[in-house]
Amino acid sequence: MIITVASGKGGTGKTTIATNLALASCAKNKVQFVDCDVEEPNAHIFLKPQIEHTEAVVIPVPEVNLEQCSYCGKCAEICAFNALAVFKEQLLVFPELCHGCGGCSYFCPQKAITESPREIGAIEEGLAQEIPFKHGRLNPGEAMSPPLIKALKQKGSSAENLILDAPPGTSCPAVTTVKGSDFCLLVTEPTPFGLHDLELAVGMVKKLALPCAVLVNRADIGTKCIDEYCAQNDIPVLMHIPWDKKLAQLYAQGEAAVLHDQYWDKLFAQLWGEIKKAVSVAKNNKLEKEVERR
Amino acid sequence: MKEIVIISGKGGTGKTSFAGSFAALANNAVFADCDVDAANLSLLMHPEREETNEFKASKEAFINQEHCVRCGLCQELCRFGAVTDDFQVDSLSCEGCGVCYHACPEGAITFEDVVSGEWFISATPFGPLVHARLGIAEENSGKLVTLIRNKAKELAEVQGKSLIISDGPPGIGCPVIASLGGASAALVVTEPTLSAVHDMKRVLEVCRHFQVPALVCINRFDLHEKNSQEIESFCAEKGVPLVGKVPFDRVVTEAMTKGLPLVEFSKGETAKRMCEVWEQVAERVG
Repeated sequence: MIITVASGKGGTGKTTIATNLALASCAKNKVQFVDCDVEEPNAHIFLKPQIEHTEAVVIPVPEVNLEQCSYCGKCAEICAFNALAVFKEQLLVFPELCHGCGGCSYFCPQKAITESPREIGAIEEGLAQEIPFKHGRLNPGEAMSPPLIKALKQKGSSAENLILDAPPGTSCPAVTTVKGSDFCLLVTEPTPFGLHDLELAVGMVKKLALPCAVLVNRADIGTKCIDEYCAQNDIPVLMHIPWDKKLAQLYAQGEAAVLHDQYWDKLFAQLWGEIKKAVSVAKNNKLEKEVERR
Repeated sequence: MKEIVIISGKGGTGKTSFAGSFAALANNAVFADCDVDAANLSLLMHPEREETNEFKASKEAFINQEHCVRCGLCQELCRFGAVTDDFQVDSLSCEGCGVCYHACPEGAITFEDVVSGEWFISATPFGPLVHARLGIAEENSGKLVTLIRNKAKELAEVQGKSLIISDGPPGIGCPVIASLGGASAALVVTEPTLSAVHDMKRVLEVCRHFQVPALVCINRFDLHEKNSQEIESFCAEKGVPLVGKVPFDRVVTEAMTKGLPLVEFSKGETAKRMCEVWEQVAERVG
């Protein structure tokens, strides 16, 4: 089962929920944790894994053999990302614009283009207590996080349950993370910003045809807008967590709440149960729909 | 003309609350919401839309089933796994590279412009706002950010405005880089949590990489005084000016709930601190 914790708006509590969920469920379940927010990974601060393995992630970029090049300009014409420019007797490559599609090398009539690896970041793996942990770190200055997220997700996993911590937003990095999940938990807060961005996140999850539910964090600030929206749109709300000074302070110090207080441990174990229930309900619904269709 | 962009690394540190208050305090400025993924600045600015435009920056492949002979070349060449086994293009996976279109021996693939969002120019009580809405699950947020910034610049030139205030996105990737390049200064809004400090350091590296002078302010500084002091020491050591500290105060959420910038909603201590941050920023950016 792959559970992704996502949100449209940043800073709603994704990492708090995802890390505490992993810690509260790992005693009775096989759980692996993947922090997919490769631009700003934070889960390691709370899970404190021992990193045992680091591996560079590269994307292929063109390398041109100028002796073979006839400056015909085919590569620049093909490239949809303007990563190559050809003038009379000059060819420029802009590796940071390259998406690694391989078009230039495939179509070069002179076979003058090969591909060479360019490092964009790294994947680190280790154990956080008994939880297998991995995350990606995009190098500062690099623009493209999706190839790193894809590489992170492709690395095999043996655990029965995967918890993915997603980046904020609803564009490529978030979509790359959420895709292929069995269930998406959307964390939000009851403010106009929280609601506005939740609507976008729900749109993303619907586009990917995934079951989802909402967790309202800092539930006592703001208004009832999230509950109203979820009721109108038939989206289950799994839990409300009020703002709590102690929780905020543990977060500030980089400490996971479940390790400090039985109350939080019980609460997140309960959330785990709610998620499992929601996943099985979603599975049944899907089966019923398929039967109906047949 | 000067341009200040507000970023944070970590999401939810208060970028948009700062941008909204700056909008209310600045004279003669144009505003740009560069967080095109989750654009919230307009929720504080009561915009009246004057112009709506389509955003077309990418293309998508489409396989014409009548002409397709199922040779499989497109599927073999696609590095993004976007061609399904029944030879349809999965638009969520399609990167828009066009390799399949160029390679198809039957000419069965078209490669067309797609509308991946909308952008707007709106009038607000504080000045003109350029903002956008990237379609859900769309690509090219960086290009849309660049477009928003260019439109804001054009508008500022035409209307004789001397300053652009941009509300930036979280993270350090493509839309952040697009928001930063060539800006006069970046204001990094952080908070005294280890996560936000970790992320601030990474986004400061990005500022240095693109040679944009950075300023730091600490939001909700009193939630963890020790971490706040560490941020202050870090900034002093790295020579990054600290332009203010704003306390944790539920009045910020109340203002947001009312759809108002904090400084318009309250005249209290927190609002005063926000004004001081603005004065510092304005003085340093000139």
